[in-house]
Formats: sequence, structure tokens, C-alpha cells
Amino acid sequence: MWGFARASDLIAVAVLAALSPVGGAALGDPAGRVALGDAGLRVSLADAGVRVSLADTGGGAVRSDTGGGVPAPARVVSINLCTDQLAMGLAAPGQLLSVSWLAADPRSSAMAAEAGRYRLNRRQAEEVYLMRPDLVLAGTFSDPAALALLRRLGLRVETFAPVTSLRGVRAAVLRMGRLLGREGAARAEVEKMDVALARLTPPKGLPEKTAALYYPNGYSPGGGTLANAILAAAGFRNLAARTGRTGAGTLPLERLVMAAPSVIVTSHPYPGASRAEAILRHPALREVEKTAKVVYSGPSWVCGTPEVVKAVAQMAAVR
Amino acid sequence: MSDRRLLGALGALLLVLFVASLAIGPAGEGFGASMRALFTGEGGPIVAVMREIRLPRALLGLMIGATLGLSGAALQGFLRNPLAEPGLIGISGSAALGAVIALQTGLAAAFLLALPLAALAGAVIAVAVLMALAGPRGTALTLILAGIAVSAFAGALTALVLNLSPNPYAAADIVFWMMGSLADRSMVQVWLALPFMLTGSVMLLSLGRGLDALTLGEDAAEAMGVNLARLRLVLVLGTAAVVGAGTAVAGAIGFVGLVVPHVLRPYTGGRPSRLMPASALGGAAMVLAADVAVRLIAPDRDLKLGVLTALVGAPFFLRLIWQTRRAGR
Repeated sequence: MWGFARASDLIAVAVLAALSPVGGAALGDPAGRVALGDAGLRVSLADAGVRVSLADTGGGAVRSDTGGGVPAPARVVSINLCTDQLAMGLAAPGQLLSVSWLAADPRSSAMAAEAGRYRLNRRQAEEVYLMRPDLVLAGTFSDPAALALLRRLGLRVETFAPVTSLRGVRAAVLRMGRLLGREGAARAEVEKMDVALARLTPPKGLPEKTAALYYPNGYSPGGGTLANAILAAAGFRNLAARTGRTGAGTLPLERLVMAAPSVIVTSHPYPGASRAEAILRHPALREVEKTAKVVYSGPSWVCGTPEVVKAVAQMAAVR
Repeated sequence: MSDRRLLGALGALLLVLFVASLAIGPAGEGFGASMRALFTGEGGPIVAVMREIRLPRALLGLMIGATLGLSGAALQGFLRNPLAEPGLIGISGSAALGAVIALQTGLAAAFLLALPLAALAGAVIAVAVLMALAGPRGTALTLILAGIAVSAFAGALTALVLNLSPNPYAAADIVFWMMGSLADRSMVQVWLALPFMLTGSVMLLSLGRGLDALTLGEDAAEAMGVNLARLRLVLVLGTAAVVGAGTAVAGAIGFVGLVVPHVLRPYTGGRPSRLMPASALGGAAMVLAADVAVRLIAPDRDLKLGVLTALVGAPFFLRLIWQTRRAGR
């Protein structure tokens, strides 16, 4: 019964058991100590792997807003900027325990103020495990080692791929709703978003305008990206996608200067210097900016959440 | 080959490559229209492309390549060691560290010359340490080992400074500082580097006679009236000035100072005074050729220049070690 699938599992469990309240060790973390008192934490080690289950958090289970069915997860931890925001927008009070520290950074996160109400994690498997979540939300590009470790420890991990279209935003919101047992709230969010987007759709027959996405190091998302979808929704053609390029990539400054787009979408520089951002102050770019409108893309451009409506509105305003 | 014919041939090659560097780029405009825009300033957006993007890029390639070739030849002459090269023995890496510190502390933003000056300071420290550890009496092995240590230390500190920066892009800059690139530079960088490169080049070229004498050994050189202490000081400062300025604006580009003097040495009778000007022209040609190749191989990717010079230079370096080993037996 005490057999392990892999030696590495044993080591991982040993380390985590020594750190966790189960082992009787007093943990500096206040949340951990509270849980020690009233939570019936059972650790069962099965041959196939390791499963940790939480019998009762003392706070009562979160009820699904659709009523009935499977009980919704009660201790959700998110470790990805985008799942952070999707979860914060939909979770029931008390259901979401922790979001990643990036969610509290106003430069990356459209919900930085809300994130201040949650415990912030640094996306490490160890700290996530110690929060004893019953659902971990991550991105498909989250550290695979951390996700594999959490899965081996028996946690349920759900990953979200980066959203690349407005339809993808709807799908992500609805999926998050299902995972959190908040389908009703998710449907309402999607309806609200669709109404707002319909209002922003440019009238037919307008001449097509070109916008160039231009970020540090000349980074410029091509077709099949969320930024491309935002431009399209506001009636712009993406310069980087004009040559048929899809996905991530760079746009040579020369090509941008030659195309003379009517709008340049770029970002505000971060504090501290970087050679990557120096290109945004290049004299040739300054020359183009004399005739083009410059839009600064904020956090609403980063993630496939209902916040993208704000990004579309930003572009519609310069249409 | 006579000096005049060698320098003439290298000069012609350089001219072709310089024009190629001006003519090749993703803008996709015709050669005639591009050149007309460059010289007359008429022709719409292509003018900005030619004057603000391509011209500084070609000029920087020329300047950086020339000074790397020159300083490589001078270092090899002084140390009488064919493996000496600014990138390989950590001078470029230390210059990059100086530049990164100037950028991250905000000094470079407050005071324009702080960037090349800090890079120069980094390079001076590196050359001084290397001279102390592996001066003319040190073996080739001592120099390479000291260079590895200096490179590793400077590289680690550069990565540390960039990782601690509040700017998320700073860490991605590590590749630029270690491999070097001429992409999307502007005339600002040309003017920033030019005075240091001119001064340093004049200093290095003035050493020709002393380095020639040194090929006969230190005692013979001193007997011929060469002041070795002064020669060493001028060499240290001259090398630091050109490598510091080049690294500050384009990152560390390696192997140019190794490959070029080695290829040209047989044509110059092994005399540093003749090898140095030839290496300057050859180095400029090599960097311009590499920079044109970078644009042809991956026009949309900003392939780093140092990747190409290392692809050519590293096998070369191995061959040189092999030869040094056999000669030492």
C-alpha cells in the first residue's frame, strides 16, 4: 500500500509533508495554522500516485449557481494572469483563494485593484500545494514542471490556452463558469460583452485603415492573435498580418516606415532601462508618428477576458 | 603581396559590402530609388528608411568591424599570442557590463556620454586584469584561462544586473549584450561611438613600430628604444576605447578580432605595423558581410550578429588551438 509510482513522488511528498500542517510542524503562515485547527485533512497515498483530499474547510461548500449537480470547487487557486482575471470576474465570494502576483500589477492586469483582495502567489508548486486547493487554474504555457508536480500530488489542474479570437473569449468565460459552478454569471458576462461589441462594430462601407502593432524589440503579433482580433473588431487591418504572417513575430522597422499606417499601437515603457524598448524611440519611428495616431495598449489587450471590450473601444475611438 | 595591393583589394571588397549593406533590407525598394532617396532626400518614406535606419547600420558595421579587427591585431602583436581577441578574453563582456550598469542606474539617460564611458571603464578593468595575469611573459594558456574567468564573471554580473531590473524586458536584453546586433540603430549611436573609436584607432595605429620591435622579444625592443610601459598603457586605453564604444552601441560581437588578423597575417610578413591597417579593413568587411547575411537569412527575425561571427569564428578558434598545441610540442 505504501508503494510509490516513482521515487520523485516520494521525495516530493516527503518535502511537502514536512512543510504542511499535517506533519504537525507549526507553519509560519497564518492561513495554514487556521486550517490546521478545523480542517480534517486526510492524506491518502495510493499505489497509482498520491491523492490529497480536503474533507471540510469549515467554511461550507460553495454552491453552484445553477443549483444541483456536482458541488463547485471551494478552494480555487489560479497561477496564470489570464485565468486570474477570468476567475476573479466569476468566482463566488470566498471561492477563489489566491491569484498570481502578476494579477496585482496594474501594467499587466486589468483587475489589479481586485487582485489586492486575494492572496498573491508566485506560481510555485510548493506554495500552491500548501494552500490545499481543490482546483488549480493555469495557462497551457505555465511551468510544466510545476503543473506535473501538482497533478502527481493529486490536485485537479485545469489549463487554459491563450485566447486568439473574440469567439475564444466567449468560450473561455463559459468554460471558467462551468469549472467554478458559475454558469449563470458566465452567460450574463458573455451577453454583456456581445452587446458592447455590437455597439462598437464599425458601419459597413468605411474605407479600410491599417494599424501597426509595434512593441519592444519590434514585436508585432500577426494573424490569429488576440491583438489582431481586437484590431479587426474595430475595423482595422493589422500590418504584420498583411504579408500573411500569423502568430508571434517581429515587424522590421523599415517595413513599418514604408507602410505609413494610420494608427500605431504600442506600449508605455516600463521603469528602468532596456535596449528592447529603445527601438520605440527610434528617429524613423518618430517620423511616422507625426502622421499616425498613437494608441497605447494597456492590460485590456493582454488576456482573453471580457475586458477586451475596452481595447476594442480604444481602437474604435481612433477609427 | 605588397601593402598597396592588399589594402586596395580589401578596400574594394569593403566598398562592395558597404553598398550591399545600404541596398539590402526588408523595405523592398529598388536600388536606384533607394540610393536617390539617400543622396537627394526625396522619395517619400524610403528617405527615412535609408537615412535613419540603413545608413547608421552600415556605418556602425564598418566602424565596429574595423576597430575589432584593429584591436585584435594589436593585442595579438603585444601578447605575441594568436589567441588574443577582445571578445574571447572578456574585454567585450566587461564593456557590456559597464554599459548595462550605466543604463540600469539611469546614468546613461541623464548624461549621454555615460554609456560609452562606462563601457570603456569596464573594458579598461578587463584589459588591466588580463595584462596583470597574462602579460607578454604569460603563456597562451594563461591568457585563455584568465579570459574565461573574466568573461564568466562579467557575464554573470551582467545577467544579475538585468535580472534585478524593474523592467521586464531587461532580462531579454541579455541575448543582445552577449551576441550583439546592429538592427535598428540610429545616427545617435554613430555619433556616440565615433569619437571614442577614432581616438582609440589612432592610439592603436601609433603602436605599429613598437609592436614590430616587440616581435624580436622584449629585451631587443627595449634596446631599440621602445618604452614598453608606455606602449602597454596606450594599448590598454586604445583597445578599451574602441571595444568599449562598439560594445556600448551594438553589444559584444566576438571572433572578428581573431579570424581577420589570422587570415591576413601571411600577407603582411607577420609585421604588426602592416597587419593592423589590413585587419581594420578586413574586420569591417567581415562584420558588414555578417550583417548582410543576417538580413538575408532571416529578414524578419533579428538574428543576432554574434551568432554568425561565432559560427565562423569558433571552428577557426579550434583550429588555432590545434596548431598552437602542435607547435608547442
